[in-house]
Amino acid sequence: MSAQTQPTTTTVSWARQNRSFMGDRVLSVLTISATVVILLMLVVILGDVVIGGARVISWEFVSAAPTHGMTAGGIFPAIFGTVALTLLMTIAAVPAGVATAIYLAEYAPASSRLARAIRVCIANLAGVPSIVFGLFGLGFFISTVGKGIDDAVFAGQATYGKPSLIWAALTLSILTLPVVVVATEEAIRAVPRDVRDASLALGATKLQTIFRVVLPEALGGILTGSILAVSRGAGEVAPILFTGAAYFLPYLPTNLNDPFMSLGYHVYVLATQSPDVDRTKPLLYGTVLVLLSLTFLLNFVAVAIRARTRRRLKASL
Amino acid sequence: MQDVTTVEPDAASERRPSLVAKGRIGERLVEGLIKVVALASIAAVLLILVFVGKEALPVLTSAVVHKEVSLGGLFAPRDGVFGWQPVSDIPKYNIVPLLVGSAKVTLIALVFAVPMSVAAAVYVSEMAGKRTRELLKPAIELLAGVPSVVVGFFALVVLSSWVQAAFGTEHRLNALVAGIGLAFAICPIVFSVSEDALRAVPGSYRTAAIALGSTRSQTTLRVVLPAAGPGIAAAIVLGFGRAIGETMIVVLASGNAALLDGSLDHSARTITATIAQELGEVVVGSPHYHVLFFLGAVLFLSTFAVNFFGERMVHGMRARLGGSR
Repeated sequence: MSAQTQPTTTTVSWARQNRSFMGDRVLSVLTISATVVILLMLVVILGDVVIGGARVISWEFVSAAPTHGMTAGGIFPAIFGTVALTLLMTIAAVPAGVATAIYLAEYAPASSRLARAIRVCIANLAGVPSIVFGLFGLGFFISTVGKGIDDAVFAGQATYGKPSLIWAALTLSILTLPVVVVATEEAIRAVPRDVRDASLALGATKLQTIFRVVLPEALGGILTGSILAVSRGAGEVAPILFTGAAYFLPYLPTNLNDPFMSLGYHVYVLATQSPDVDRTKPLLYGTVLVLLSLTFLLNFVAVAIRARTRRRLKASL
Repeated sequence: MQDVTTVEPDAASERRPSLVAKGRIGERLVEGLIKVVALASIAAVLLILVFVGKEALPVLTSAVVHKEVSLGGLFAPRDGVFGWQPVSDIPKYNIVPLLVGSAKVTLIALVFAVPMSVAAAVYVSEMAGKRTRELLKPAIELLAGVPSVVVGFFALVVLSSWVQAAFGTEHRLNALVAGIGLAFAICPIVFSVSEDALRAVPGSYRTAAIALGSTRSQTTLRVVLPAAGPGIAAAIVLGFGRAIGETMIVVLASGNAALLDGSLDHSARTITATIAQELGEVVVGSPHYHVLFFLGAVLFLSTFAVNFFGERMVHGMRARLGGSR
């Protein structure tokens, strides 16, 4: 009768039970329809955007700049800005996230207060509303760090103390940091203990073991998590509203302190501030489709890497 | 551990000890660097607190701000009116309509998203076969990957027309449209946290219930769901935190008029949308600027608290169900 002797891992498969009761059927129908409704949300959004956007997409649309007060032309500057922003954000967020994960998984003692503090902060950072990151970017990066650089180096000339690419990228990198940390730590922890022990037994130091054995082994998981995190960041608009995104620019950003156009912000601007909504609607659909394709492309790359890593792991066992 | 050097006394390996020593210093440096970088997340949270707080504080202390609004004035009605009109001749900074707007839109989102997401989680965790599950989970993750500005655009252009046709609302953009749009955004998080909670319930609970003669639905509804209760509550709390902080969907779909009423088919203006729309045009250091940061600080602290309790609930449930874990 004691609880310990009971099997704890058996799950009861519903399919194996032959008898079906009324209540069971009702529950099945309800839960299945809820699942279908959620899937329909995805299908409806994707379908609408693809159908509405496919008519607009052309080589000119993705390679030209907006014309006629943003009611015609293309969105190349916005694509360029989004890619530049995403790359910079990745450069800032991924190394920091991986280092944090290495610390948490390999160095921090299990009972470490510091590690617990870091975990609490990461969990909370992940829950901070994106608009608050925008406020923070304005208050910290632009008004404090940027102004400080201007006063120290540029004699008070507004050079870095204004919305620019670098500040928007850094703001976004803080937003993506927690996702990178969580995914990377999981990947590092999935590397079997024996692999580490074998490396240490051969005389490698701890750091050599981490960089030459553990990280290469965890690379697939790290890439997948980082790319997913970056794809979330790439679509965010609220954090860049005040930190660097521009309504319209006649030139492409070439310096870190230039403002930039971005796809998400372009959608927001066209949808809310355009004088002629009917004429911008096709452009809107086109822009949304490009933005969605970009984020989903990243998602698919991540999923493909995950699938490949899994297969390799299976083969090596 | 690194006593290897002492057993190699021959001259040929003379360079080796220094190499090892150098390597060790290098390693110490790298390890130190890793630890310092690991502190970045703590620094980030503190910096957000300090720098959003710093710009919000003048609402409590600055005489310049108090010429236009006091802390009480943010909440108390002026001439019987709760008005948010920060750019009129006599600026009005009553944030009550914004709080009500945020609450209204968030509640609508939860009403739509929670039953559906929990039911879908029950299906995926309790009924679906392994293969179905492996197809469904990435699909719902994909929904989470849709940028919120895209959902907002969809709500603005398509959903608003559907809602108007279905409910005959007077205005195309209103709290209901924004709430349903928000539901799209929070379904994935409510689903995945609930699903984790359901799957954390040990199989022995199910076998025991079935052995006692329960039907499958009785097992699910009376044994598994109650056992996963705290985890599902946490899912709702985390969904709430996500919904109240969401910006682009409500900016695009809610109509953005700061009205104080409970009706669903009227326009609503949330805290997040107010910051998004007004901060870009405000004079840095003006009372309006500080009030917007004050709103940001309120938002930050409330989501901080909400997420903190949400995480605690998840861990509490894990600890109880997992026993030793």
